[in-house]
Amino acid sequence: MSAVLQPAVAPPTVNREFLSGNEAAARGAWEAGVEIAAAYPGTPSTEILETLAGLAGVYAEWSTNEKVALEVALGASMTGRRAITAMKHVGLNVAADTLMTMGLVGVKAGLVIAVSDDVGFSSSQNEQDSRFWGRFVHLPVLEPADAAEAYAMTREAFSISERHQVPVLLRLTTRVSHVKRTVATGAREAADAMRHGYRKDAERWIITPNHVGKRIELRAARDAALARETASSAWNRFEPGADSRLGFIVSGPAYHVVREAFPDAPLLKLGLSHPMPLDAAKRLAALTERVLVVEEVDPIVENELKAAAIPVHGKDVLPLQGEITVPVLENAVARLSGGSPQRRTAPLKAAVFPRPPTLCAGCPYMGVYFWLGQLKDAVICGDIGCYTLGCGEPWNAMDSIISMGASLGVAHGMVKGFAGDADAKPVLAVIGDSTFLHTGMPALANIAYQGGNVTVLLLDNRATAMTGGQDNPGTGQRLDGSAAPRLDFAKLVEALGVRPERVRVVDPYELPTFFKVLREEMKVPEPSVIITNRPCVLSRDFERRRPLEVRDDQCNGCARCLDVGCPAITVRRRESQKRASGKVVDLAWVRIERALCTGCDLCAKACARGAIVAA
Amino acid sequence: MSTDVLVVGIGGQGVMTAAEAIARAALEAGYEATKTEVTGMSQRGGVVCSQVRIGERVEASEIRPGSARLLIAFEAAEGLRWSHYLAPEGCVLLDPWRAVPPIVSSGVHQYPADPAGEMRAANRRVHEIDARGIAERIGDARLANSVMLGAAASSLPFPEQNLRNQVLRRFGSGEIAAQNAAAFDAGRALALAARFFPPQAVAATEGKPASAIASSASS
Repeated sequence: MSAVLQPAVAPPTVNREFLSGNEAAARGAWEAGVEIAAAYPGTPSTEILETLAGLAGVYAEWSTNEKVALEVALGASMTGRRAITAMKHVGLNVAADTLMTMGLVGVKAGLVIAVSDDVGFSSSQNEQDSRFWGRFVHLPVLEPADAAEAYAMTREAFSISERHQVPVLLRLTTRVSHVKRTVATGAREAADAMRHGYRKDAERWIITPNHVGKRIELRAARDAALARETASSAWNRFEPGADSRLGFIVSGPAYHVVREAFPDAPLLKLGLSHPMPLDAAKRLAALTERVLVVEEVDPIVENELKAAAIPVHGKDVLPLQGEITVPVLENAVARLSGGSPQRRTAPLKAAVFPRPPTLCAGCPYMGVYFWLGQLKDAVICGDIGCYTLGCGEPWNAMDSIISMGASLGVAHGMVKGFAGDADAKPVLAVIGDSTFLHTGMPALANIAYQGGNVTVLLLDNRATAMTGGQDNPGTGQRLDGSAAPRLDFAKLVEALGVRPERVRVVDPYELPTFFKVLREEMKVPEPSVIITNRPCVLSRDFERRRPLEVRDDQCNGCARCLDVGCPAITVRRRESQKRASGKVVDLAWVRIERALCTGCDLCAKACARGAIVAA
Repeated sequence: MSTDVLVVGIGGQGVMTAAEAIARAALEAGYEATKTEVTGMSQRGGVVCSQVRIGERVEASEIRPGSARLLIAFEAAEGLRWSHYLAPEGCVLLDPWRAVPPIVSSGVHQYPADPAGEMRAANRRVHEIDARGIAERIGDARLANSVMLGAAASSLPFPEQNLRNQVLRRFGSGEIAAQNAAAFDAGRALALAARFFPPQAVAATEGKPASAIASSASS
């Protein structure tokens, strides 16, 4: 090693890292000394816990649902440990019951709820604005504009939480969670042992009616203290600008959109956006001819400003859904000034077929959807996860997708609704292992208790597959890789009240057997559960077999194998043939992509001529 | 002003990783950079589009349609799908390989007959590279990404070596690293031989390197 002159004083330990907003939030929490992290996966929030799980000194778990995760964080906070929970926007609906109580009892050690809103609904059943929870539950809301702020705000959120004894809502959106930028990171604070410790405090932690009134009074005092905090918070920043014709009040990643499109405009950037810093908004309004509120996605700030008699524009020109991009903002401003809505002509898109997400080659759900797609006389209630994929081509197998765990309750209601109809249709519910454990169990207990004639398909693929294959109580492993007891689904559904004879465990690759069992259970006039037992092809339990190939001399082009819906099967040649009867049939000759094929044999079982064999 | 690059393909092809290598190479050269995409359900064989913006300062993370300088497409129809993001002076690096989804196999939709031709008809500059074929000859179809990045390297506003380092840093020093190096170099040689990017393309970049704050960028 060559001799290098070292500076006498070590430079401050600042690293520049290239992080997504989720990674940055996790890093901020870690540096703030967070000790407990609990979450349920969901796009676009999943990487927050995945990142924390890899950092030293943090206990991290995938909880069974968001409500449980929030309660785990609360319990940890009660023992004096800083805690974080993370979820997607709809997850907070599940956690809402506990959240409402936490608005009253508060927290002890700092507790941050990181919630990521899927603005633009790329992988969710809706688009909701989690900032409403701040108003509903009386919580401070931090809205980072980017990864650097996600890091710094999360780091500071724990102090805000402790100062006011309140959970802090860190509101992220897709373009914070999933945008990588440089972030200057630092070192982890040592966990403060003075914070640690639990003391029984019945008036605080037992929220019986006799304690509620006092807590509401305390909450009002907290609201006032938070309003003072927001008025002086450095996260709410005024940026002067030369062009006083139009000022902006902006929060979240839309800040960067405004800065790009209108670099000279005066602007109030909201970071601690609830409670609202009303005086700062008034000052901006006094300086500018007009004010446009740019927020994703509901008019929350806009309506609060209007209620405070501050004249602003917002959703009168901006869309009520989706992301605010530079062209969207430019169009809105053009409308505001009565100009033409397009500054530049948007280039024409080429017409290309849609490419929806699809099942993986060899997915054990494929054979199930293959049969469900052929049940034309049944109603099939689907659920959130890879069951949503069963709605697509070629299966079109689902009648409904509502929310996590909803398939069973909805199916039961349909059975009761059909009761007495002469042509009552059989009703099925399709749900996966993780979703069942998340919110499906109470509905199955109800079906069994009420005697609802629902045929439940519990597709156990030993993974929380859609979000990336996270572990759950059915996988036999925890987040840290340690072995865990594997929950026995057959015993569980029996314990919930389904008769043992009506609990059937089948191999979903055995197409004829599966169909026979399905038909039998649909005929039985009582609750039944069919459990499939093949692992997700992306899970560690999956075993790839020899790939298959098509024997061209045996193939007659009937194309039945295409009904399986496997992405490894592609068409080489199509032809229309006129039969002797005069009927025209569409034929297709196929090939199997060797690199994709897992050898699951589903297409071979669908082939009546035995033309698909091991390569 | 920024240099905007789109990397597109389908779930499982390594689109996000390739985009991240470009962004990190830009950071290493002293630029600011952002990288974003919409993921989630798209991972299951769906559309993936990663957006990289490079400049002295980058505000919005999303690229405006009509302003991308480079579109790197790992699949033919995906190149066509995103081609409206290109600026008039921009160009497409296209792997003509086709991933035909079940929605096409089942006859519900048609795969475009000639994606590259359609783009050329719309006055796009299209450079086709049989990256998958080259990758297979080197030993593994998964090396196609490194071939594509090698071909793109000379069109980006930083030294080609930066991108090569970023591609290889994930693989350590074994056989896989050597294969990726060969793939990157094959792509680069092909782009130079075919004169995909005239030398002034680099000088035309409007962003200028900021102070080398990002030279220690890690993780």
